[in-house]
Amino acid sequence: MATLTLNINGERRQIDVDPATPLLWVLRDNLQLVGTKYGCGIAQCGACTVHLDKVAVRSCTLPVSAVGDKSIITIEGLSENGDHPVQKAWLEHDVPQCGYCQAGQIMSAAALLKENSKPSDEDIDAAMNGNICRCGTYTRIKAAIKTAAEMR
Amino acid sequence: MSISNKSVGRRSFLKSSVTTSGGMVLGFSWLASCRPASKEEVLAMPEQWFDINAYLKIGDNGVVTIYTPNPEFGQNVKTSMPMIVAEELDVDWKKVLVEMAPYNAELYGFQFTGGSRGIASRWEGLRKAGASARHMLKEAAAQAWQVSADEIKTTEGVLTHEGSGNSATYGEMAAAAAQIPVPEEVELKEVSEFKIIGHSKKNVDGKDIVTGKPLFALDHQAEGMLISMIVQPPAFGLRLKSISNADAVKAMPGIKDVFSIKTYSEGQEKGGFDTNAFPELVAVVGNSTWEVMQAKKALKAEWEPFAAYSETINGWRGSSTVNIPAGLENTTDHKAQMEALAAKPGNVVRRDGNPEEAFENAANVIERTYSAPYLAHNCMEPVNSFAQVKDGKVFIAGPLQAPGMIEPIISARLGIPVEDIDIEMTRMGGGFGRRAYSHYMVEAALIAQHVDAPIKLMYTREDDMTNGIYRPTYQATYRAALDENNNLLAIHVKAGGVPESPLFANRFPAGAIENYLAEEWSIESNITIGAFRAPRSNFMAGAEQSFLDELAETMGQDPIQFRLDLLKRAIENPVGERNDYDAERYTGVLELVKEKSGWGQGDAELHRGVSAYFCHNSYAAHVLDLSIKNGMPVVEKVTCALDCGIVVNPDAAVNMAEGGIVDGVGNAFFGEMTFVDGMPQKNNFHQYRMIRMGEAPKKIEVHFVQNEIDPTGLGEPPFPPIFGAVANAMYRATGTRHYRQPFLKDQRLLG
Repeated sequence: MATLTLNINGERRQIDVDPATPLLWVLRDNLQLVGTKYGCGIAQCGACTVHLDKVAVRSCTLPVSAVGDKSIITIEGLSENGDHPVQKAWLEHDVPQCGYCQAGQIMSAAALLKENSKPSDEDIDAAMNGNICRCGTYTRIKAAIKTAAEMR
Repeated sequence: MSISNKSVGRRSFLKSSVTTSGGMVLGFSWLASCRPASKEEVLAMPEQWFDINAYLKIGDNGVVTIYTPNPEFGQNVKTSMPMIVAEELDVDWKKVLVEMAPYNAELYGFQFTGGSRGIASRWEGLRKAGASARHMLKEAAAQAWQVSADEIKTTEGVLTHEGSGNSATYGEMAAAAAQIPVPEEVELKEVSEFKIIGHSKKNVDGKDIVTGKPLFALDHQAEGMLISMIVQPPAFGLRLKSISNADAVKAMPGIKDVFSIKTYSEGQEKGGFDTNAFPELVAVVGNSTWEVMQAKKALKAEWEPFAAYSETINGWRGSSTVNIPAGLENTTDHKAQMEALAAKPGNVVRRDGNPEEAFENAANVIERTYSAPYLAHNCMEPVNSFAQVKDGKVFIAGPLQAPGMIEPIISARLGIPVEDIDIEMTRMGGGFGRRAYSHYMVEAALIAQHVDAPIKLMYTREDDMTNGIYRPTYQATYRAALDENNNLLAIHVKAGGVPESPLFANRFPAGAIENYLAEEWSIESNITIGAFRAPRSNFMAGAEQSFLDELAETMGQDPIQFRLDLLKRAIENPVGERNDYDAERYTGVLELVKEKSGWGQGDAELHRGVSAYFCHNSYAAHVLDLSIKNGMPVVEKVTCALDCGIVVNPDAAVNMAEGGIVDGVGNAFFGEMTFVDGMPQKNNFHQYRMIRMGEAPKKIEVHFVQNEIDPTGLGEPPFPPIFGAVANAMYRATGTRHYRQPFLKDQRLLG
């Protein structure tokens, strides 16, 4: 066990945890930030995507001890009122079916748009290929990313 | 339209009115959670609520809460079912709050999500729930104003009486309406009067989903809650012999207990959804997910082969005996067994005319064999459940499709009466059939009982993928007899699988073929199978539609026209009497997809495949356009035509059809589970290839046949025919027919 201080969604949070614990389980078990989802545990499905210093990472394989002072943003901290352009575009296109993977999809999309304000179809395919949607909402996700790009 | 109120739903209205009519319910803060948090969107809460019936209550300010009865797994019934109530209630959708109804079979009947039967089964009952409430509001106003209720009109939550100039909101009349007896008969709206049904409404949970609110069972928290995982046999055909190092594992950090559980008591009666390959498991319980994961990895158990056994299953179609063989099964053996059985006569399920003679006299016989592997559901939210057993009562919150099926099983196993079992139906992170088999709720309850604490049971992805309940592996051989002029004389289909046959003997092309023979066979297995989006149809459609495509080509006919000609025969002069499809509606979707896809005006770069199918009382046809880039097929566009009767929420219906199409393309290309010595050969997404963004169709267009037929299924019907559309388009692109799924088996793995 180790006491660590994390910078999460703009707040400093102290936790007492095995330093090998993946960030995902710290978020979900220790900090009750359950918007970030478990899907595979091996960085293959993207359900656990969060931003680490503005870059999309898979929190299920990232030991919390490796986070250090870096800023973590989860779906709960993406915007104050759920009005990030990506979230608004998701609602406009009514993207979700079951909804389970969508937090991860949104975090990947938001990171993409930060890097690339006008992504092409190929850019979107490349950035989003790590996020599985079992319900098959891919065509809507792509359309929503384009709408979000227009909003910015 | 006037429908008697004496059939569906009558009992539940009466029941609820007896228990709650006139009961005043104060609006507490729990309602605040059901709407987005941003201020401009929050509806003002009423000071008082008035229960009208089990499906709705009206606040004194006119806000209406509608309870949606069936579990939600992404098919959007949580939005579309309340839309049906709101339509007949005649209320402004903006003033509607939606709440998931509690599980309560007495009030809500069969709260089941599956078989594409949600909207169809609730259509009349939900309309009556809204209409009878509207009737009670009108009666209340009529009494207050001393006028005839027939002269009162309603518009979006306002009652008006033209003659007297009176008007009142539903909120103002709610208290009085709650005292009005539930009507015997109600008037339902004409389809042409619909203002909500047929007009797209956004997902009521949309904002909560995109902001990461805790909607799923895996997000459930409780004071003192422990985390639990299971360790299951590594192969089908094995069972637990002993735990080797329980004490060492118990001593690991954060670990509370390690013990084995048995999901069923000795001799307990099982139903059709009680499939479970691993009825004895090791449970590991501890403080945190990570600690339990470490303990699970460290746990050592001995496994042993079990002997063959038989069990009686009391399923929907009555009681039957199922034989479970011993042994460690292999995919290669399954294939050899299937080939061997396919070569022998099967059980004849249907025979029209004289197919044997037709084949004997044929100038040309085409024979093709199609096969498909086992598939895992791979819901994104893995199997899990919260459970607490306290003071002789059980509380469970979990993802499940059929609470009414598991409640008696939990009751029998724990020895706790059903009245003391409370099941909360959480939003499911996917279902696809998997969550109709909710043995994990029994497991969760047993673990909670054993450790005497609230627990959350979570399967890892590996547990989930290797736990069984798979879509079975199937094989079908189609034969066609042609005369010297290439006229079709007969069709013969022989299909089977492990452990069930996929055959639907009375579906198209039965009824359109003079000489027709359908046979089936099956092979016993200890690998568990279960419903998977459009069971059996999800294989037969692809086989049948691929064969018809090849047959049309051999006969020198256009594939759509060939199907239309067969259907014409089925309309005008059907063969046999047990044809369980409507050939005219079938024709309708083919004609619509032909028109919308611009069939026959194709781009030379695009290779088009057509496919159509009937299942779950609905009709689906696809035209799939494919190109080849860097040696890989790219699905450029899918044009889809559907006839599922009245469409309640069009944009959500389109979303679900798109999902079915993407799911179908993915499984046609990649989906496969195999076994070596009983062990599933894939346990996570690095091995089990799922369709990803880059492989999804670039464009999907969905068109609905416009009619006023009561709604039929939608979640499943678009899925089965896509396999045929993919196969037929790939043939046009590559010149090679594809008979064995998955079609891109040997291609590179993404991840």
